[in-house]
Amino acid sequence: MRRTFSENRVAALGALAVSLMTAAIALIFFYAPSDADQGFSQRIFYFHVPIALTAYVCFSWGAWKALRVLWKRDERADVESYVAIHQGVVFGALTLVTGSIWARASWGVWWSWGENQLVLFLVLFLFYCAYFMLRFSLEAGRARANMSAVYALFGVVLIPISFLAIRLSQKFIHPVVFNRHGPQMSGSQLLTFSVSLAAMLALFAALYNVELAGKRLDSHLRELRELLT
Amino acid sequence: MTYFSDVAALARKDLLLELRAKETLPSMILFVLAALTIFHFALPGGTAHKAALGLLWAALIFTALLGLTRAFVAEREQGMFDALVLAPCDRSAIWLGKSIAVFAFIACAEVVALPAFAAFFSGIDGRTVAAVALADVGICTVGTLFGAMAVAGRARELLLPLLFLPMAIPIVVGGVGGYLWFLALYDAVFALLAWAAFEYVVSEV
Amino acid sequence: MIAALALGMRFGDKRVFRDVSVDLADGGFLLVTGPNGSGKTTLLRVLAGLTAPSQGEVEGPPRHTVGYLGHDPLVYRELTPLENLTLFGRLYRVPERGERIGMLLERFGLWEVRNDRVSTFSRGMQQRLGLCRVLLHEPRLLLLDEPYNALDAAGAELLDGVFTEPRTWIVATHEPRRVDRLATDRLVFA
Repeated sequence: MRRTFSENRVAALGALAVSLMTAAIALIFFYAPSDADQGFSQRIFYFHVPIALTAYVCFSWGAWKALRVLWKRDERADVESYVAIHQGVVFGALTLVTGSIWARASWGVWWSWGENQLVLFLVLFLFYCAYFMLRFSLEAGRARANMSAVYALFGVVLIPISFLAIRLSQKFIHPVVFNRHGPQMSGSQLLTFSVSLAAMLALFAALYNVELAGKRLDSHLRELRELLT
Repeated sequence: MTYFSDVAALARKDLLLELRAKETLPSMILFVLAALTIFHFALPGGTAHKAALGLLWAALIFTALLGLTRAFVAEREQGMFDALVLAPCDRSAIWLGKSIAVFAFIACAEVVALPAFAAFFSGIDGRTVAAVALADVGICTVGTLFGAMAVAGRARELLLPLLFLPMAIPIVVGGVGGYLWFLALYDAVFALLAWAAFEYVVSEV
Repeated sequence: MIAALALGMRFGDKRVFRDVSVDLADGGFLLVTGPNGSGKTTLLRVLAGLTAPSQGEVEGPPRHTVGYLGHDPLVYRELTPLENLTLFGRLYRVPERGERIGMLLERFGLWEVRNDRVSTFSRGMQQRLGLCRVLLHEPRLLLLDEPYNALDAAGAELLDGVFTEPRTWIVATHEPRRVDRLATDRLVFA
């Protein structure tokens, strides 16, 4: 019974993500107004920022599950934390790619140290890639679960500290030249942005559940194999 | 109070081990001097004080990393984590004792490195010295925790720089910019987190 | 003294043991036997609280009443016996530390070398020092993993004498003849 429920949930989330994504793409390309300064290319904003926000959600969800590993000794939370951070790194990489494309389209450079969020994602990308190195160098078990969880918690505290550091560094590295977000978003922009954000969050939820179902299937299979021997 | 006597006993053990082996501290001092020498040739002539100061921070971080990599060698090679974890002392005392010992090594290396920097490049003001001292606290507390994680894995020496360097980026920002309040904030937040987390890193049960 | 129900242990895909139960009374002697690689060491680590089992739970006495001696003697090689025992005496808050340490070093024939570095010792002397360390805080429960390893005839006799003390013992060995008559409980690994 539980399995069919979980399968249904994955299917429902998948359908939700696909329909929201379709709506978001339609809105981004056909509904949202072109930006006065940056023209058509500004539309990547509707991908870049929601993806970045989703990555934060992934890392926070991973840290919450990590807290449960340490606090409640919840063994399932270890895999959940890992999967959330895995998705976070995927969304984080996409943030770097979309940000880089945007920088190229707007300013003709592939990388800008002046863009706080981009620099922060570089730091986080480095940090969370090391998370995987840590996990892969340890044997599965309680020790690995504990250490991964501690590292994930450091990550979520590093986010605001790094953000502050990057803000401070701008004062002595170079002044802030660009201000992307400019004036307040108009109604149509806000609608497009919200649908896009909802689509990214739904995509995360769907991918999270699919990967988790896969991992659980793996461990069921292992238990079955063990029972047979 | 027994907590602090445990910490003192553990830190003294590490200082004694270093006094016998004389491995970590001489390597750190040689490393930082060699790094500063390389920077002389890496920097174009007439470079501003600011650029040299930036490189000083890079040198200090990597020197500290060298010391941190060695921090748990005795525990790892002789299985001493088992003995320490079984002892009835609070596990965070193991972390604090080790952090104090690492702090002592890093501070000793810097007592050589900072005057050398002043002689090779340009003078250092009191603010930089204060920033270095505050940065050391953050480096030791976070580095010791991550060092204990790294020695448990297969990759070991390779793993610690990967774990630690992203955490060191804010330290470099605070150090180069001379933001003492920011370094103090970093120390307070991460020392507290490391203090609370160490138990889970060394103990499974 | 120590109880565990249906312990199971798995490293990745490899199962080490399963359904192992232990219920050892105060003053009991649990003899764990089996060939190399059968899981004796892992069981002792689980019972000592060093490793979390994959299944089941262990209910043992508090940490300061337990002594564990593994394959390594668990002493710092670059410190002297005296420095090692002083460190652990402090951590275990042993009363009248100096006298107790002196007595143990005397008993295990290490008094003469108390100020030499452990790294200069033979394997057998290190094992004797490991025994001093594990007995230092008068533990009620002792877990010893192949304790006769590396000991010479005199060392083995000293250890025989240790087993007559009124404590609770869990001893793992692949060669059980020497302690067989002491055993009150047995676990045989295949």
